Amino acid sequence: MNINATIIGQSIAFAFFVWFCMKNVWPPLIGALNARQKKIADGLAAAEQATSDLEHAKEQAAAQLEQAKEEARGIIDQANRRASVIVEEAKDNARTEGERLLTAARAEIAMEENQAREALRTQVTTIAVAGASKVLGQKIDLAAHGELVDQLAAEL
Amino acid sequence: MSANTASGYIKHHLQNLTYGQLPAGYERADGSLLGQATWTLAHSAQESSDMGFWAINLDSMIWSIALGLLFLLPFRAVAKRATSDTPSGLQNAVETVVEFVDNSVRESFHGKNPVIAPLALTIFCWVFFMNLMDLLPVDWIPGLASVAGVPYMKIVATTDPNITMSMSLSVFGLMLFYWVKEKGISGFASDMALHPFTSKNPVLKVALMPVNLLLETVSLIAKPISLGLRLFGNMYAGELIFILIGMIGYFQLPLHFGWAVLHILVITLQAYIFMTLTIVYLSMVHESH
Repeated sequence: MNINATIIGQSIAFAFFVWFCMKNVWPPLIGALNARQKKIADGLAAAEQATSDLEHAKEQAAAQLEQAKEEARGIIDQANRRASVIVEEAKDNARTEGERLLTAARAEIAMEENQAREALRTQVTTIAVAGASKVLGQKIDLAAHGELVDQLAAEL
Repeated sequence: MSANTASGYIKHHLQNLTYGQLPAGYERADGSLLGQATWTLAHSAQESSDMGFWAINLDSMIWSIALGLLFLLPFRAVAKRATSDTPSGLQNAVETVVEFVDNSVRESFHGKNPVIAPLALTIFCWVFFMNLMDLLPVDWIPGLASVAGVPYMKIVATTDPNITMSMSLSVFGLMLFYWVKEKGISGFASDMALHPFTSKNPVLKVALMPVNLLLETVSLIAKPISLGLRLFGNMYAGELIFILIGMIGYFQLPLHFGWAVLHILVITLQAYIFMTLTIVYLSMVHESH
């Protein structure tokens, strides 16, 4: 219970311990604590950033999806319009082609009819001449009566 | 040794193991006379006090240094491989203490000082460990020491006023040092002489100086004394109760348990109070009135 030199010894020990703690114990520990604190804060900030980025990306994706749908709708509309145009064109083409074919056929028919008529006419001429010569008993001079016969034939 | 009577038992438990010099012609406790001045262990309270100032309480020194190392070495081991990644095991425990101390320092000290936080950590842990020895049954270690031929062994270093006063006086020294360092001699003098009573009138101001000086001196001196004696008084009283409980036979078991449970609170609280007051005193001298 007496105050004695222990007080000096203890003061020295105390000073040494505090010095040791100040040099070798406190700085690394508090450094690690602060570093971890910063790490966690950074991590949380990054997570927050990531969440907002995700939100943003989702919005962007939704917007892009909407745009794509819009475009697709446009393309489909366009395609539909184009298809109907093509169908119309095809119909028109077919119609004109048909008409053309029809006309050509008619022309051919007409031509063949004419040819047939021509041929018939020639033959009829010959027959008429033969018939007439037989009836007259004499040869009709084709050259002399050709004009008459041709007139006849033309009347057929 | 007079450990057989009740008062002998108590005195024996409250006596430090003192090593010092006894003068020539001194009559020892066992009746022998010393032929010449001798360095030796005190064998009674009387011998211990007759050794004067230049004696040392071996048990206080050994236990306090051992417990200081018990605090510093594990902390140093953790500090060496401290990482900011996931901490594990001991690092967790150490970091809890460090963070607790750091928060206490931040709460009451706002300046910049590299000493205060490690100082607070050292005080808290060291005082806590020294107080913790209080929870060991009072007869174990002194009993073992007696068997080994050592007359006294007081294991709770904080029940020795030398230990607590040396810490509080060291804190007081730091306080004066930072006071002068932060504010200069003139700032120190004006803090001492111009507060708490002050006046615009120069004559009155000078007249109030002695009063202020007296008040400030008393309050200044009271700080280290109350700081050291508070810890000493609490631990000494607690130890004394443990010793008294130790004397009452088998009924001591529940009583001892109850008192020990209460003391878990007391030893932590005293360590915390010592640390907090240290921080408060040191932050006082950093701030202007």
